[in-house]
Amino acid sequence: MTRVFIPRDAAALALGADAVAAAFDVSLRGAERGPGLTRPGNPPPGEQSAVTVIRTGSRGLFWLEPMVEVETPDGRIAYGPVAASDVADLLASGMLQGAAHKLRLGKPEDLPFLARQTRFTFARCGIVDPLSLDDYRAHGGLKGLRRALQLGPTRIVEDVTKSGLRGRGGAGFPTGIKWKTTAEAIGSPKYIVCNADEGDSGTYADRMLMEGDPFTLIEGMAIAGIAAGATKGFVYTRSEYPHAVATFDAALAIARREGLLGETVLGSGHAFDIEQRVGAGAYVCGEETSLLDSLEGKRGQVRAKPPLPAHKGLFGKPTVVNNVITLASVPFVLSEGAEAYQAIGFGRSRGTMPIQLAGNLRYAGLFEAGFGLTLGELVNDIGGGTRSGRPVRAVQVGGPLGAYFPPALFDTKFDYEAFAARDGLIGHGGVVVFDDTVDLARQARFAMEFCAAESCGKCTPCRIGSVRGMEVIDRIMAGDRVEANLELLQDLCHTMKFGSLCALGGFIPYPVMSALTHFPEDFNKTSPAFGGRGRREAAGEGDASRTRHV
Amino acid sequence: MRAFRLILMRARRGEPGGAKVADYEPWNEARGAEIIAAHVSQDGAAMPMLHAVQAAFGCVPVAVIPMIAEALNLTRAEVHGIVSFYHEFRSHPPGRHVLKLCRAEACQSLGADALAAHLRNRLEVAWHGTTHDGALTLEPVFCLGLCAVGPSALLDGRPLGRLDPARIEAELGGVT
Repeated sequence: MTRVFIPRDAAALALGADAVAAAFDVSLRGAERGPGLTRPGNPPPGEQSAVTVIRTGSRGLFWLEPMVEVETPDGRIAYGPVAASDVADLLASGMLQGAAHKLRLGKPEDLPFLARQTRFTFARCGIVDPLSLDDYRAHGGLKGLRRALQLGPTRIVEDVTKSGLRGRGGAGFPTGIKWKTTAEAIGSPKYIVCNADEGDSGTYADRMLMEGDPFTLIEGMAIAGIAAGATKGFVYTRSEYPHAVATFDAALAIARREGLLGETVLGSGHAFDIEQRVGAGAYVCGEETSLLDSLEGKRGQVRAKPPLPAHKGLFGKPTVVNNVITLASVPFVLSEGAEAYQAIGFGRSRGTMPIQLAGNLRYAGLFEAGFGLTLGELVNDIGGGTRSGRPVRAVQVGGPLGAYFPPALFDTKFDYEAFAARDGLIGHGGVVVFDDTVDLARQARFAMEFCAAESCGKCTPCRIGSVRGMEVIDRIMAGDRVEANLELLQDLCHTMKFGSLCALGGFIPYPVMSALTHFPEDFNKTSPAFGGRGRREAAGEGDASRTRHV
Repeated sequence: MRAFRLILMRARRGEPGGAKVADYEPWNEARGAEIIAAHVSQDGAAMPMLHAVQAAFGCVPVAVIPMIAEALNLTRAEVHGIVSFYHEFRSHPPGRHVLKLCRAEACQSLGADALAAHLRNRLEVAWHGTTHDGALTLEPVFCLGLCAVGPSALLDGRPLGRLDPARIEAELGGVT
């Protein structure tokens, strides 16, 4: 039997993967009906009927999507990017045998973009059928959970601590310590909450994993449950990810049916179940305490800390709140050992990070690698520069709260501390590239506009500061008392950074100040000193697209 | 509008995300009560309840708010506070089709602002607005996780990537 693999990842669907799958269906069935549709070079119809199409996640090479793979005696052979109109020709050329074709890419693992990666967390994504537990097991799944059940809570926490794994949502807090705190906290029940509210622009790793290898997340959460003494887990997924929501719900049903979740996890006597809840378009719910309030059925407003969620979290009970990628990294740590994970990385950032290359980039995709690559390597060597072909001017790392870096800072290493040292952050690992048509004053204004629309309203620096920030930048862009207003803007950013309750108001100064520091010429276009390119037409152009409409 | 006939055809063929948008039920108190009863025993019931209400009626009707307040032992003001906090919940049903266009940074780097301006001008709608014939509602959205294939959108739940004015027009049925 020949197996053909076509992705069903949302980004592959956005590029026509469903139409490609439909074309395969039509061509293969057409071939079965008789020789009329069979072209020279095709195998006899009898052989073609033994073709199974399997829908997978994506390998994360999005410029090659839809990327179709076929299983041959020599391993899988990839073709891409495949359009529905290519399918008949591909089949006629003998792609089912891995034959030559202008779209033939060879073995996917030999493609430089994949060959340079260290795939621990995304080892199975794009390879397995996301909803086949057998496939998951056949590719090393559940080994981590089985070992965790042998080790018991204390030693799981020890292993996770030893691995050096830090929170992949952005804060970088050591995962083992968080688990230990929850395990030792007094209160019952305890909860494992998975933050799948991946709202940062430029990030899509959570989505890809939930669509392409959801059992890894389920396994990671079950391990966390055993370690912390929790019997219930919640996954809070954003509503903008309907495909991830559907795939993950289907995976949960399978996991329950197969005894991976429920009264006795894999027959161990440990009870653990997971429920998925869906957000409703509020960016701030990616902040852990706001997420907890939303899960409790309230407005997603930020809570003051302490108490920490580990002590007093969901419904006031001890709660582990971890990002999808953090939890999905745990099965590897348990199955391959803390040392294997810890051996990779840079400085205090251990293990791998699934870096998401996005925006105006030629080779945009998921690049999982040990920490320590430079930003320049990521953007130019791996990402291939801009898609538009124009020079790279700015790179925003870490989502809407991350700093804009100019090429002059491309020697910055991808590492929590190295980015912090340059007034930036790696956040959830999104890298968004802009070419030289970008206007950084406008991007700074957008940051304030976004913060104003998304502020939960609880603290004043964020709620009021963001609106004032927008107004001040409008005045600067209009050429109104530029020097005085720039000073005011810096003062406002200082207040927001140190006075806000959470990272939304606290970090929005990063994009604003980095734009101001590294691209000052964009803020003073009327001054001859800055080239005097004339009064900005864009001033005040921002619209109230995010105004509440209920 | 002739423009959207193709979309409707696609939706009726039941393609992924095919618009059930046109199938919303008119507001009905008994049906509202049934949905509330189905979710009231859940921990933190408000969000799943509101999602179920919107899935049925296309919006969270004003009339359902006192009913939810009663069921969850909250004040009407508190329920209104929850509903109005989240961008996703609407007070009126959308058009027969919904286009969620990404406006976040990764899509901006590939011309999403110009695309949005073109579309709004072309359809003569403001953000959250519906075309005159009720065919399409345009919603801004801040990231769909399609940041490697931007500019991106969801048309009745179907992901679209590498959009430009020509491609979006084709998707919307060749509006001229």
